[in-house]
Amino acid sequence: MSVEVFLRHRRGAFVLDVAFETPGGVTALFGPSGAGKTSIVSAIAGLLRPQEGRIAVNGRVLLDTAARLFLPAEARRTAMVFQDSRLFPHMSVEDNLLFGWRRAKAKADAATIAHVVELLGLDGLLGRRPRGLSGGEKSRVALGRALLASPDMLLLDEPLASLDAARRDEILPYLEKLARETRLPMLYVSHSVEEVARLADAIVVLQDGRVKAQGSVFDLLTDVDAIAGAPPLGAVFEATLAGQRTDGLSLLAFDGGSLTVTKLSRPLGARLRVRLRAEDIMLACEEPRAISANNVLPCIVGAVRAHGDQADVQLLCGATKLVARITGASRARLGLESGVSAFAIVKSVTVEREAG
Amino acid sequence: MIEILSPAESQALLLSLWVSGVAVACALPFAFATALLLARARFAGKTLVDGIVHLPLVLPPVAVGFLLLMAFGTRGPLGGWLLAHLGIRFVFSWTGAALASALITFPLQVRAIRLALEASDAGLGEAARTLGAGALDRLVNLTAPLALPGIVSGAITAFAASLGEFGAIITFVSNIPGQTQTLPLAIYAALQIPGGEAEAARLCVLSILLALAFMTAGEFATRVARAWR
Repeated sequence: MSVEVFLRHRRGAFVLDVAFETPGGVTALFGPSGAGKTSIVSAIAGLLRPQEGRIAVNGRVLLDTAARLFLPAEARRTAMVFQDSRLFPHMSVEDNLLFGWRRAKAKADAATIAHVVELLGLDGLLGRRPRGLSGGEKSRVALGRALLASPDMLLLDEPLASLDAARRDEILPYLEKLARETRLPMLYVSHSVEEVARLADAIVVLQDGRVKAQGSVFDLLTDVDAIAGAPPLGAVFEATLAGQRTDGLSLLAFDGGSLTVTKLSRPLGARLRVRLRAEDIMLACEEPRAISANNVLPCIVGAVRAHGDQADVQLLCGATKLVARITGASRARLGLESGVSAFAIVKSVTVEREAG
Repeated sequence: MIEILSPAESQALLLSLWVSGVAVACALPFAFATALLLARARFAGKTLVDGIVHLPLVLPPVAVGFLLLMAFGTRGPLGGWLLAHLGIRFVFSWTGAALASALITFPLQVRAIRLALEASDAGLGEAARTLGAGALDRLVNLTAPLALPGIVSGAITAFAASLGEFGAIITFVSNIPGQTQTLPLAIYAALQIPGGEAEAARLCVLSILLALAFMTAGEFATRVARAWR
């Protein structure tokens, strides 16, 4: 399960020149608008013909300009979910869902169809026309339609961008389940840190048509060089539910320490993805006492990167990397340099989802 | 309704309906293909093609009839060949009336279908492609159904306009009762006979009723087609 992408394409003043490889799972294409994210997924889908490039999905070559190979979009098995859903207005939800399925060579069986319908909560919608659906429902149908085409990979071009926050929160759990259950390689275009932190396994950071950084979600979101100047990110890592305290709090153990969080009603031993936002971590040089924060983690300062009047400080907490965003003034006052010991005071912990 | 008409009148009415129906039905596939070409394709000389398609709308119908006579007369280049090889004769025949009507109303069909094609979202085609639908598949299952309101309204407008076609028909295939004498030609013929004004007036009223009926039906059918979409 891997996706190889190499593309070179010039359109007017914009030059796209990218090469990356993903190991499968969910790869987020992350970057500001105009960075070339949509061009990349369009080229993979076959909707854009790049001047130069090579694209292979699980070893199947879809495009190789050197060998004059260009598979048309309809032969690529790379189903795409668009920002605006693009449901066929003259068909029922059911016919929309089965559009790709009817055209697939290797068809999903009835049980799989029923499972997708259930996974995406589409049961009550099958007989309806797209026109009467809400934005969230449309997104779910579009996802199901793409899935049932039995693609080799799923391209998601900001599938949630046209939804309001409430609808987004409604769809994200579906996407998470989908990512965990199907094991389908997915390329997820987004400029939302929240979505990336929740869904992605790997991240490719794009800027001005080039790959600025790439790596796993755990490494990259704490890589202060890669994220310098980006909207405040934060560490994402996996933890295990280690115990339920008698005072109603839960204990999460991770490689490098433990965190006390508000009660999690999950079985002991559950693996969870946890996020610590960069702006939710305060730093101290001495261990603070008599403090309201439940979590104070001893750590070593890694790389430090200043930008403007702020500084991103990478923290090594055992094998786990964290990142804190503080002011340049604080950094100077505390003398935070690489290798110095410090204490990370964690103001809040976000438990994103089950890990896996 | 037929009983209150004289046999000659009902003959003209039925012939009109038949000629217009055949004209619209036969021209429809060509109109769809032309509209698709004009709406989707990019090629040099597109403006010229667009202009040629619209010519019948702006040319005097008599000129169209005359050109048809030159081309499809039994000694014309096309007419001679068709008669010799396929046994199809247009002159002095209802088929010629249908051909003239089809040509005159062709731009109306093309325009309506083209508008519908241009209004339908090209992004849907892209979505269909990533789901494995090839070109013909998309044409049949996406493009045509999405253009249906345009196809329906174009066909009905063309049908209604075809009922009133006079100049091209009379020039091309003459005015033969039972063969080429449609309603407008019957009105003209009635006016040529002294004292035929009453007859002409009856046919006029008939034409008005027919036109109103089809315009209303067209509006209704277009609305149904839109709702179905």
